[in-house]
Amino acid sequence: MSYTSRVDAADTSRVAAAETSEGGQELQPRSRTGDALLGVERGAVLRLPEGAALDTGDVSVEDLDNETMIINLGPQHPSTHGVLRVMLELKGETVLRTKPVIGYLHTGMEKTAEDLMYAQGSTNVTRMDYLAPFFNECAYSMAVEKLLGIEVPDRAQWIRMLMMELNRMSSHVLFLATNGLDMGATSMMIYGWRERELLLAFFERVTGLRMNHNYIRPGGVAADLPDGWRDDVTDILEVLPGRLDEYDDLFTNQTVWRQRSEGVGVITPEQAISLSLTGPNLRSTGVAYDLRADFPYLKYDEVEFDVITGTVGDVFDRYAIRISEIRESMKIVEQILEKMPKGDYRVQDSKITPPPRARIDESMEALIHHFKLFTEGFAVPPGEVYVSVESPRGETGCYLVSDGTARPYRMHWRGPSFANLQALPVMMRGGFVADGIAVISSLDPVLGDVDR
Amino acid sequence: MTDAPGGAAPNDAAGAGAAEVGAAEAAGAAEAAGAAEAAGAAESPERRAGALLTRSRGQEVLHPARDAYHATVEELHADGFVMCTDVTAVDYLLRPARDLPEGIAPERFEVVVNLLSLDPPRRVRLRVQVPEADPRLPTIWDVYAGADFYEREVYDLMGIVFDGHPDMTRIMMPEDWEGHPLRKDYPVGQVPVRFKAAPPTR
Amino acid sequence: MGLEDLNHNFLTGALEDVVKWARYRSIWPATFGLACCAIEMMGTGAANFDLARFGMEVWRASPRQADLMIVAGRVSQKMAPVLRQVYDQMMEPKWVISMGVCASTGGMFNNYAIVQGVDQIVPVDVYAPGCPPGPETLINAILTLHNKIRTGEITRRREATGAGAGVQLDAEPFVPAGAPTQAQR
Repeated sequence: MSYTSRVDAADTSRVAAAETSEGGQELQPRSRTGDALLGVERGAVLRLPEGAALDTGDVSVEDLDNETMIINLGPQHPSTHGVLRVMLELKGETVLRTKPVIGYLHTGMEKTAEDLMYAQGSTNVTRMDYLAPFFNECAYSMAVEKLLGIEVPDRAQWIRMLMMELNRMSSHVLFLATNGLDMGATSMMIYGWRERELLLAFFERVTGLRMNHNYIRPGGVAADLPDGWRDDVTDILEVLPGRLDEYDDLFTNQTVWRQRSEGVGVITPEQAISLSLTGPNLRSTGVAYDLRADFPYLKYDEVEFDVITGTVGDVFDRYAIRISEIRESMKIVEQILEKMPKGDYRVQDSKITPPPRARIDESMEALIHHFKLFTEGFAVPPGEVYVSVESPRGETGCYLVSDGTARPYRMHWRGPSFANLQALPVMMRGGFVADGIAVISSLDPVLGDVDR
Repeated sequence: MTDAPGGAAPNDAAGAGAAEVGAAEAAGAAEAAGAAEAAGAAESPERRAGALLTRSRGQEVLHPARDAYHATVEELHADGFVMCTDVTAVDYLLRPARDLPEGIAPERFEVVVNLLSLDPPRRVRLRVQVPEADPRLPTIWDVYAGADFYEREVYDLMGIVFDGHPDMTRIMMPEDWEGHPLRKDYPVGQVPVRFKAAPPTR
Repeated sequence: MGLEDLNHNFLTGALEDVVKWARYRSIWPATFGLACCAIEMMGTGAANFDLARFGMEVWRASPRQADLMIVAGRVSQKMAPVLRQVYDQMMEPKWVISMGVCASTGGMFNNYAIVQGVDQIVPVDVYAPGCPPGPETLINAILTLHNKIRTGEITRRREATGAGAGVQLDAEPFVPAGAPTQAQR
């Protein structure tokens, strides 16, 4: 019986490693890393002057290369929220340096946007942050409308707000599910999807799709809300509070959860602001920055809601803020239910929004407008503008440069998760690998937003 | 929808800006104050923090020169713009003539930086011209740590090098990729669609 | 020596049916969610649509322990070698479902960054269209795969694509020089 392997193992693993190696983008041994980059990887955000100790109260031993171990986490890994690759330098199980390697989901969406007409742009941007598609569509549509110089009717704005707040709820519920799964509470994954299915069913009724809706378009929204939408939303709002109380029992009032999340992944407000963190991650440090309150858009100045902040900036604070934000979003949705006005669901400008399909049979003009809009598209006057909204992950922004034609000259997307990932070295430093998973999960990154 | 995201009318912003900058740069403040009083526009253009100020759809845009860029950013940081929300670049190869104030010579690349102040909430945008022959710019990572990934992305996709950045490597594309995909002379890379039979797997 | 060496009669036919039944009733997927389709895949595994009733409740993170790779999402140029590496680590028999239009053909992203169809990298058994395909579509794709396993050949060798795990099959068994043969021991 011959037990000799017929594989020349050295050759295949070397080839495989060579193909997947990303050279300079990876975490290099200390001897080959410059001082500035070493500081970044060690989480030295606010660079202290020479004399000050970098490792105050932290891991005190900085050993040579042969005492530490560089390991690779991802890009295929059940706990990294998509194809995020994180390279860690460990001493034992303690994390010393961290380097996220991204780009594994780079889709060239900014380049694609230059080839799509403005009305088609929503289909492109909606797939960036795929857990919060309405926010992407809204930021893009608001940017186009700002360049066009048009005002969207009131009902359209309230509909946009309704869909976005419901989307915030479904995204945070998914955060609860994946956060629970990453920290070991596997049943939370099933519970979270139970609520999410209620919301996705409503989205399907309104927009036709469960995800990536292409519903919020320049000029308004694609279609009016269907009959009976108030009952659907009220049903959701009746079910959710009880379920959220169950999750409070499961998490907030449970010592294992609290021990795993309190004090883990701490970041200070100064570090967070310097690293361009936004959204619940920034608010967990105590900085009350929420675009809905500070730079109100749509009709957010006509609804009342609280901006929820944390105190410590740890994993628990980020979890607590998100579950509280679900409750705040429910409050906002209740107010929208009362205040939803009657009116147009999109701008009635035949040069921008297509006519209703039924009119095409009756009116030659409608047919011509429809034809022009779907073959040529509407032209946008030249200019450049930056518009941002508060998505569940932070500030989602669209920088749009137009040149007078029917296609954008340049569209750049400010994805919140792209900046949020820069906080990984700070948050993971000095913790264990398991804490590192909790930290990544608490940042709630969506790689579509990161890599675009 | 209100125009300026800061919530302030343009004149007020310019006045406030002038009052704050005045502490740091007296000559600039005098010029800006004079421009703010003038109705409509000006023979003496508005400046702030050493750069020309314009407005685009109600949003404030500064146009620093390449050598004054880092100083402008530092001054804005001291002025309360504590967060850099975005650094990106635009390749104006196909559109050299565009809306720029007098005194700014258009170049092929423009690096666009978005800064945010939390208290009071206001935004400003910087547009810096970067020539094709020498696509370099000083980094602002030393002022805003969050510019790290953004500048790497601009380098990767546009080819503009940021001097002083700790880790000027590609971030989106594989390490051995050639070219900078978002440039206008880089093709989209479309594959002509043709219908082919999938090879049988069994 | 393998099952293909045996003569086919009703006994081996029944045995094959049992083997195929065991295979398709307990496929364990590998977690290979990339983008938006991964969210719908998670939704399919959750309680409303429930993949557990098809024997697929266990999602193995390690490709060594997985049978099925559902490529859920767009595959970028940077991810392509990683995809192949994960596929190579899976043991035979293994199947691939290409979920969504981006995995099947590149989808709406016909550009420099996305591989135009994951079948350029790995052999695909079932394509599930949709952007993203809803859970019903994914379950239909899985049931199609079940049918394929149930009615297909029990053994197969994918010479062209390397037969998995990077194992190179030679014509004759390799005996290293100097190793004792069975007769000598």
